Amino acid sequence: MSAAASETIIQVRGLVNRFGTHVVHENLDLDVRRGEILSVVGGSGTGKSVLLRSIIGLIRAASGSVRVFGEDLLALPAAQRSLLERRFGVLFQKGALFSSLTVTENVVLPLIEHARLSRPEAIRLAEVKIALAGLPANAGDKYPSELSGGMIKRAALARALALDPDILFLDEPTAGLDPIGAAAFDQLILTLRNALGLTVFLVTHDLDTIYTITDRVAVLAQKRVLINDSLAAVAALDDDWIQEYFHGPRGRAASVAAVGEESH
Amino acid sequence: MSAAVSGAAVFDDREGVARLRLVGDWTLAHHAVLLGQVNGLRSRIDARVMVDASELRVLDTAGAALLLRLLGGEGVHKLVGSDSGLSEGGRALLAAVGDAMVGRGAAPAARKGSAVGDVLAHIGEGVGTFWRHAVDLLGFVGLTLSAMLRVGLRPSRWRLTSLVANLEQTGLHAVPIVALLTFLVGAVVAFLGATVLADFGASVFTVNLVAFSFLREFGVLLTAILVAGRTASAYTAQIGSMRANEEVDAIRALGLDPVELLVLPRMWALLFALPMLTFIAMISGILGGMLVCVLSLGIPVPMFMSIIANDVGVSHFIVGMAKAPIFAFLIALIGCMEGFKVEGSAQSVGTHTTSSVVQSIFVVILVNAIAAMICMEMGW
Repeated sequence: MSAAASETIIQVRGLVNRFGTHVVHENLDLDVRRGEILSVVGGSGTGKSVLLRSIIGLIRAASGSVRVFGEDLLALPAAQRSLLERRFGVLFQKGALFSSLTVTENVVLPLIEHARLSRPEAIRLAEVKIALAGLPANAGDKYPSELSGGMIKRAALARALALDPDILFLDEPTAGLDPIGAAAFDQLILTLRNALGLTVFLVTHDLDTIYTITDRVAVLAQKRVLINDSLAAVAALDDDWIQEYFHGPRGRAASVAAVGEESH
Repeated sequence: MSAAVSGAAVFDDREGVARLRLVGDWTLAHHAVLLGQVNGLRSRIDARVMVDASELRVLDTAGAALLLRLLGGEGVHKLVGSDSGLSEGGRALLAAVGDAMVGRGAAPAARKGSAVGDVLAHIGEGVGTFWRHAVDLLGFVGLTLSAMLRVGLRPSRWRLTSLVANLEQTGLHAVPIVALLTFLVGAVVAFLGATVLADFGASVFTVNLVAFSFLREFGVLLTAILVAGRTASAYTAQIGSMRANEEVDAIRALGLDPVELLVLPRMWALLFALPMLTFIAMISGILGGMLVCVLSLGIPVPMFMSIIANDVGVSHFIVGMAKAPIFAFLIALIGCMEGFKVEGSAQSVGTHTTSSVVQSIFVVILVNAIAAMICMEMGW
């Protein structure tokens, strides 16, 4: 496992993203290793979501390369690209559930389209995923517009997990969840990672999540990745923004809570 | 990583001890194979079975779900607790799936309905929907009129910018399509008249036919139908997306009146735009008819004009123009009302946009028919 752990599963080199004259990323480098939980943090508007979208191939970068599983997604023919995309699970910031389908149908869709399950089987499996994501049994028949913000996040996680992906991309997964739900969410991610060897790419502002489950933290600032290392190394870096982020009142509270949890 | 091995469940009960060996990959990729085995073995598995998972290579959530179905909640609980050779990660996953599914039964069977019953139910729903639409429309008319009176007395609350913007969208931008369409229809009506009336040697009356039909009916009706398709749908989609995005709720929460902010400017815009478009449609339709008269009947332009001036009374023009504001009011109201009925989903926006176009065209034609009858009885 240790040899596999150091294997790079996502490799970003020299990434440049700009919208008009506004440069979001400039020569950004990032490595994500197989089986790790990587948190990407940064102030608002530093391009965390843009980075995620470039990696999963929704945005074509102005220059630079993004290689996932050693392949450049945007250069692949459509069929091969689709095969790779099936190994992603993506949880978008606002859930991005299909609003005209029920929660169960949202989860069933990839199972029928890609895993070629029969509909009754796909529904059974979808119910397991929905339960795993922590939704009550009656949520499956509801439409996204009938769900609360936290439930939408859970339903979106259930859909992201539908195909048992290799890499899970989570865009602010715990934003809008209550603290109990957020803690359960963190534990679920950890369990899935340990059981399935998932790689998790996590964009988050939630310091509790960072302290509890992440292996490494990448800090986006000044249009690039300032540092990508273990939490301790990142928190020790001499940078004003990082110091304020990790040692401000919220950062201190989260670190105390995480330490307290470990000593129990 | 070595090649994937399809998972399997191997069962034997030699020596009176039931044993179940789990081997290979229990993953989504092998779901079909595993499902067959699970279904075959389920009846033979009871609580005393010994599970050996030491040869289980990979377990994912799909595999865990199948194990849960094979062993039941109790069995999975026991498997997690016992020394079965299951890896640490697999145990945690199985426990998570088992815990999540506690107290959830199998999926209820799909409801079966009879075809006749469904048809009757659809008819019933249809009638109910029609009735509700009528009641909703009347209610919305009242709401809008009361808002109109409230705002109308206070010019400071007239939203002129919004009105002008809407006027440009619904009026100015619709001129080319309205003019072109009515021109073509005018030409077709003239051709029809020329053909039929020639048999009676009365082809000169084609002029009267074109003028009568466009001033009284076609000018306003064609314009209203075009505007219903063009503007009612736009109103519904605009307000509908705002509803889906909670913007309408935000307007309410800011202490503002969505009817005043969203409906009144749109309605006033259409109240101004539709009569103007109708006028353009009348002129353009008569021009289309005139072109045909000049080219195929040899009626010169001055003669065409003098026939209209002498034979066609101004009352026809007034009847036509009088209908325009009524249609405008109804189209704008239906468009806005359907927008407010949207409920959060993309499909809902689509359904209500369709509904608004169908309803507004229906109402336009219905009201036009009623108006024609009244005018006939009154001799206008």
